[in-house]
Amino acid sequence: MVDSNVVLYGQTIAYTLYCVIMVLLVSWFAYKITRTGKSNIVKPAVFYSFVGLLAVIGISLHIITYNTIPWSEMDLNRQDHKPDKTFKISIQDHQFKLPSEKLVIKQNDKVLFDVSSNDLTYGFGLFRQDNSMLFQMQVIPGHKNDILWQFNKPGIYTIRSTEYSGPEGIYMVLKDVVEVTAD
Amino acid sequence: MSFKNTFLNGEQGLFKWDSLTPMQKITLRFVVVGLIYFGFVVVEGMIMRIFQVEQITWVSTNQYFAILTAHPLVGIFGSTYSLVFGAFLFLVPFLMKKPLWSIKLANWTFFLVTIGTFVFWAAGFISHYSPLYTLYWPLPADFSQFDPLGGAIFILGIALIMVGTALFVINVFMTIMYTPEGYKTHSAGALISSALGFTGLANLFRKNKKEHIVPLPVAAIARGSVDLTFNTLVILFTGVLILVYMIGALFGYNLKNTAIDALLYKNWYWWGLDLIADGLVLIFVAGSWYLLATLISGKNLFMQNIARAALLVELVVSWTVWSHHLLSDQAQPGILKVISGEMVTAFELITQGLAFFITLATLWSAKPLKMSNELKFLLGGLLGFALAVPAGIMQADIGLNRILHNTQWVVGPHVHVAVLVGLTMTLYSAVYYLLPVLTNGAKLYSQKLASFHFWAHLVGGIGMGAFMGMAGLRGMLRRTLYSEGEFNIYMILAGLSGALILFGFIAFFINIVMTVGLNGVIGIFKASKIKTKELLISS
Repeated sequence: MVDSNVVLYGQTIAYTLYCVIMVLLVSWFAYKITRTGKSNIVKPAVFYSFVGLLAVIGISLHIITYNTIPWSEMDLNRQDHKPDKTFKISIQDHQFKLPSEKLVIKQNDKVLFDVSSNDLTYGFGLFRQDNSMLFQMQVIPGHKNDILWQFNKPGIYTIRSTEYSGPEGIYMVLKDVVEVTAD
Repeated sequence: MSFKNTFLNGEQGLFKWDSLTPMQKITLRFVVVGLIYFGFVVVEGMIMRIFQVEQITWVSTNQYFAILTAHPLVGIFGSTYSLVFGAFLFLVPFLMKKPLWSIKLANWTFFLVTIGTFVFWAAGFISHYSPLYTLYWPLPADFSQFDPLGGAIFILGIALIMVGTALFVINVFMTIMYTPEGYKTHSAGALISSALGFTGLANLFRKNKKEHIVPLPVAAIARGSVDLTFNTLVILFTGVLILVYMIGALFGYNLKNTAIDALLYKNWYWWGLDLIADGLVLIFVAGSWYLLATLISGKNLFMQNIARAALLVELVVSWTVWSHHLLSDQAQPGILKVISGEMVTAFELITQGLAFFITLATLWSAKPLKMSNELKFLLGGLLGFALAVPAGIMQADIGLNRILHNTQWVVGPHVHVAVLVGLTMTLYSAVYYLLPVLTNGAKLYSQKLASFHFWAHLVGGIGMGAFMGMAGLRGMLRRTLYSEGEFNIYMILAGLSGALILFGFIAFFINIVMTVGLNGVIGIFKASKIKTKELLISS
């Protein structure tokens, strides 16, 4: 499975390019609008083409990501996938309760994190050692909150609550408790 | 004129506060209060930014989260609602060419929004009530962390604003529908039908098309006000629900939190709350762009009928997009995530893109234009939404949301750029345009200060969004604190950008005070000596 860092890298490049183009476009417009010359009426065909382009971009974004970001399909259809390992984790009083002190995972395993809350709404996320996010989900009390993830390379991860649950929630960090070992 | 004289009486003494009509005064009061609350928000933002880098001794962690709770609410209700309500209570009668239905009701809206904002802000400041604006159940009723009395006063403040908002909506719709004596008669049904878009919709199937009797910007205000109504009801109902738990706790009864389904509540609450962000803000902004473009260019709006139809589409879209806030909730049905969260949300790219294009095309038809303050701020507002809407569409994707939700990306390139650059610069454009109209021809004190305000706000707003976005892409969460300086470099740069916004705001504030003078600012809050329902003396 493609690492989520690769997806973020692609997004950074695409969005930065888009921003540069938009800033240049509006700057060009601001310059030209003050210059003398023929005032132009924009043709309706240009307008309709622009609307068509927006529709294509809006819809194709999701089709492209569904077919290129591997966890999208797996997430929507996780009941169809058999996990190699399941970790049941519960949260109460701003404390994670793990099934063992360390969660050890084999490289390439599909792991189901089944997290429940006994009081508040929390978040559950795994973070790399450089603090970047691998993935996250919300943890709602009274509901099933599970996420399936395939770990493609060895690494050590920190668990952190990704949702605000009051000032106490900032301490909900379990450093380096998930270890993915090489085959 | 000496500096002291200008400071007291305004630029060249042109502003005469006693020449203002009651309607001009109400609008200016809204503007002054809206700007003061904007100043609150900027200072709060700076305090939080410093705290993120290095904890300040006089701010506790609980105080930090109380500020984080109040910050967006003061920004939206205290500042934006005040500016928007003030402008629209003037513009609806101005464009409909008849007086406002009730000046008394407008005054009530002003008092309730102003006082309500202060009440919830003060309650949060003193009691540290901090469930954030998201109010995820059962956090707002978690009395092991929060004081129920402080919370109850906080909710009461919000409720006052909601009542003021409801009065605003009534005033807007009644002004559209009623016909004062001596004015051209249209039936209330025809007027409301035109305002809400039913006439335009029926025209699609009619041979003899009916004319639009309500101007396009008023139609935008009416349709945005529909979302405002639903949103007010949802927030009021949620407030009452939380208040029941608080009153129970104050009387010693511990009501069971599990009586409320947290996911159902989250769907309900986000449905209502999202009617602000993805509903009325987008509709009001599109309407404001259209109005400003036609006023600045003096031309008819490009593709006017399409623009009307798009406003209606935006209204319907705004009722069905809430699920993009629940893409990371695994219990949320997948079908809702795909249809509401992704597909319908993508329509906002079309409706906002269309409004962007129509506004630019209208301006283009009138070139060459002078680069006035209102034009440059309008272009800044357009750029803000052009950057922020696609950022939102990206995070409203099941795949990308998994790695973006609750990071600084959401609140940086999307929220802050949309609100600070897109929305606020559009409002500034309206303020600069309306200033001479509302002040009977007061002259702006300094063009240099206005230009500095523009560049400082634009660069600061985009810079802040960009640095927060970079931190978000590197994993920084939006609602927590980091104690080891993990993201300090981005927060320092975002803080410097925020300082630029603060300096720009100070320049603007000085410029406005020097334009109308200190006596003028005080005079705005004195009762009008002119007894008229007309908007302007000359009309």
